[in-house]
Amino acid sequence: MTAPASHGTRWRAVPFPPGLGMARFVLARNAAAFRRSWVLLLSGFVEPVFYLFSLGVGLGALIGGVRTDGGALVSYAAFVAPALLAASAMNGAIFDATFNVFFKLKYQRLYDAMLATPVGPRDIAVGEIAWSLVRGGLYSAMFLLVALVAGLVRSWWALLAVPAALLVGLAFGAVAMFTTTFMRSWQDFDYVTLAIQPMFLFSATFFPLSTYPEALQWVVRATPLYHGVVLERALLLGEVGWGLLWHVGYLLVLGVVGVVGTSRRIATLLLT
Amino acid sequence: MRADATQTAPPSGRLQPGPRPAMRLGERVRAATGHHLRVYRRTWRGSVISRFLSPLFFLAAMGLGLGALVDAGSGGVGQQSYLQFVVPGIVAYQAALLGFGDATYPVLGYIKWNRMYAATLATPLGVTDILLGHLSVLAANLAVATAIFVGVSALFGAFASWWVLLAVPVGLLTGLAFAVPTFAISATIETDNVFGILYRFVLTPVLLFSGTFFPLEQLPGWLRPMAWLTPLGHGVVLTRDAALGRWPGPVALVHLLVIVVVIAVGWVLAHRQLTRRLLS
Amino acid sequence: MTDEVLLEARGLTKSFGEFVAVDGIDVLVRRGEAFGFLGPNGAGKSSTMRMVGCVSPVTGGRLRILGLDPAVDGAAIRARLGVCPQQDMLDEDLSVEENLWVYGRFFGLSRREVRARTDELLEFAQLTDRRHDRVEPLSGGMKRRLTIARALVNNPEVLLLDEPTTGLDPQARHVLWDRLYRLKREGVTLIITTHYMDEAEQLCDRLVVMDHGRIVAEGSPRELIEAYSTREVVELRFEDEQQERHLGSVEALAERVEALPDRLLVYTADGDDTLAALHGRGVRPLSALVRRSTLEDVFLHLTGRSLVD
Repeated sequence: MTAPASHGTRWRAVPFPPGLGMARFVLARNAAAFRRSWVLLLSGFVEPVFYLFSLGVGLGALIGGVRTDGGALVSYAAFVAPALLAASAMNGAIFDATFNVFFKLKYQRLYDAMLATPVGPRDIAVGEIAWSLVRGGLYSAMFLLVALVAGLVRSWWALLAVPAALLVGLAFGAVAMFTTTFMRSWQDFDYVTLAIQPMFLFSATFFPLSTYPEALQWVVRATPLYHGVVLERALLLGEVGWGLLWHVGYLLVLGVVGVVGTSRRIATLLLT
Repeated sequence: MRADATQTAPPSGRLQPGPRPAMRLGERVRAATGHHLRVYRRTWRGSVISRFLSPLFFLAAMGLGLGALVDAGSGGVGQQSYLQFVVPGIVAYQAALLGFGDATYPVLGYIKWNRMYAATLATPLGVTDILLGHLSVLAANLAVATAIFVGVSALFGAFASWWVLLAVPVGLLTGLAFAVPTFAISATIETDNVFGILYRFVLTPVLLFSGTFFPLEQLPGWLRPMAWLTPLGHGVVLTRDAALGRWPGPVALVHLLVIVVVIAVGWVLAHRQLTRRLLS
Repeated sequence: MTDEVLLEARGLTKSFGEFVAVDGIDVLVRRGEAFGFLGPNGAGKSSTMRMVGCVSPVTGGRLRILGLDPAVDGAAIRARLGVCPQQDMLDEDLSVEENLWVYGRFFGLSRREVRARTDELLEFAQLTDRRHDRVEPLSGGMKRRLTIARALVNNPEVLLLDEPTTGLDPQARHVLWDRLYRLKREGVTLIITTHYMDEAEQLCDRLVVMDHGRIVAEGSPRELIEAYSTREVVELRFEDEQQERHLGSVEALAERVEALPDRLLVYTADGDDTLAALHGRGVRPLSALVRRSTLEDVFLHLTGRSLVD
């Protein structure tokens, strides 16, 4: 940061309010491009609903009640629904931030074209993540509606479930996009799958944390989706306490690290 | 570039000017297979994680984690622990998923992206040889993956009988019942978006409603027939019976027949679509 | 060149539904010839090549390749053909030599034959030092040479080349022409489609000009120039608005004149004479260029100046 020219860049790189500014053009482009593939939009919502009904209804009868880690005894469907909400927020955000971004970065050369305009790297990062959040918010709201109709929502705190899902999406989307900037080929996406799938299966999603031996419980607690699941479950079941803020904090830090890392990487990748 | 005439007479006689000895079916399929094996040798590392680790994760989460809940709640399914109930289902499902996956991007790639299939058809090989060559490597891959999965699950105590070895051919057939029709779809479509849609709207519901995770009796009556529409439902039943060492009676033949018919119909469609696309 | 006919087409037709891509063409190619299909995009060249390559059924007319009917003996014909398609169609996951091995096996060659052939062809294609590299990062010219090497793996009697140098830079084109010229000297029959006139003049003994699925002219490059053009062409450029005014006087002195937006093409037996005569009449162009007539003049004359998509 020695050249005088970079002061200008710095000013633009810290827009106020953060995230607005040029990022909205990135967002608008994505929304316009997406109108043509509405089927995919629909599918992002349909998948968790399939899971909810088959597991909730089919397995629920076999399992009966589940004792949550918070202590309440609830039906299996009520236990699994919040977890599916958090998991689908994660899946959607990661999909957007990895496959889609990689394609644009590597093949479409979309960002190169954008950077030739007044749009800056931070705008791209914020715009991409914001778009991913808009979709995620839409999915979550629809899923919550289904859960409500199915009688799986037990508390007014559930109103916060959508913002909480956005937080989960932000955290995973930002980190995933940061990861994407390091990827060289499609083969690397196998590692993404390798990270997502165990989280999806083991983050107290389908069975409570108490199922694990003590040592493994601490491993699960360290992983990010667990915090999303706990947060959503507490909100939908009304087991709310100050302790939840710890989970919120974890996800926030993750998101900030992701956003900062991504914009730095895009700058080094594209503006050299 | 003429072959050097002073060279010792080449064994195939297929470098000489004039009519050349025709290739037998076996030779043609071996040549097509050779191509895929060579590609596989270069690329298998990239997919080994998703192929082998992810079914194991499923096994651990569903069989052990969820199994603890189910066994506590209702003492398992029928006479079995949930682990023994669910693992054969996952064996069949992962074969279906692998069959589907191997017939999507790789096939579209050879047709549309690197166009190797068009290049292949410029040689004495035909559509049948291409199909047989690709599908036999795909089938070998399915058999190996299923065998490994069965072997590892056995270490968890997931099976009650040695008859579970039959799960390997059943898994192979179930996988083909997804791979061959998917091949026909890949030979028809223009963009790979379709694969995402198929995965979410077809594969996922098929997994969830084919009696993989819970007995079909748990489903509302009107949903149960759905399970029999797809080959997975039939594959799951056969695999589960094999794992228990239980002879299901003549109905087993019906299950097998459904799977084989799906493969056969898929073959006819795949052959027709590939011909239309590349030999018009 | 012998008299043996390797390719015979009579009234050959190809249609896709209503659209007629090839409209009853007659072609004879003899062993050892380099034969060209020349024409703008969409003239029906590639459809013809696909029929000759036995990967596209004939809609109507008669087609014999190496004396065989592609509808009956497709595989036997393909065993003796080499095909170099417009797009490279290489397996980019494999290495350079693996692409040749795999393809050689498609022709039923033994492993030993394939390896021996690979060594020769890599040398021929000047790719020996890249043989272990993956195909994907190779340059366009290298991929093209590899595609041609692959098409030669079965020691074909006829090599079909569909627009072999489209998209290559000038150096790469000349390297390729040199390789093709060698093949011709070795007795391989070449059938080439192109829309490049210089390529047709360089490579072809005989060619047909196709337009809208039909053959509009046939002969050697020299014959075609004689029949459809003059020995020389004078290109005249004028100041704005002047071209129109001089058109009349120019036409009086030439066999034929083509008016392009930016210049006049004056067809004449002797360019210098014509130029002198023009000066005598007081025609003062900004610039004047006398050149020999090329196939391009024939081509533009026959297929019209309008841009064809």
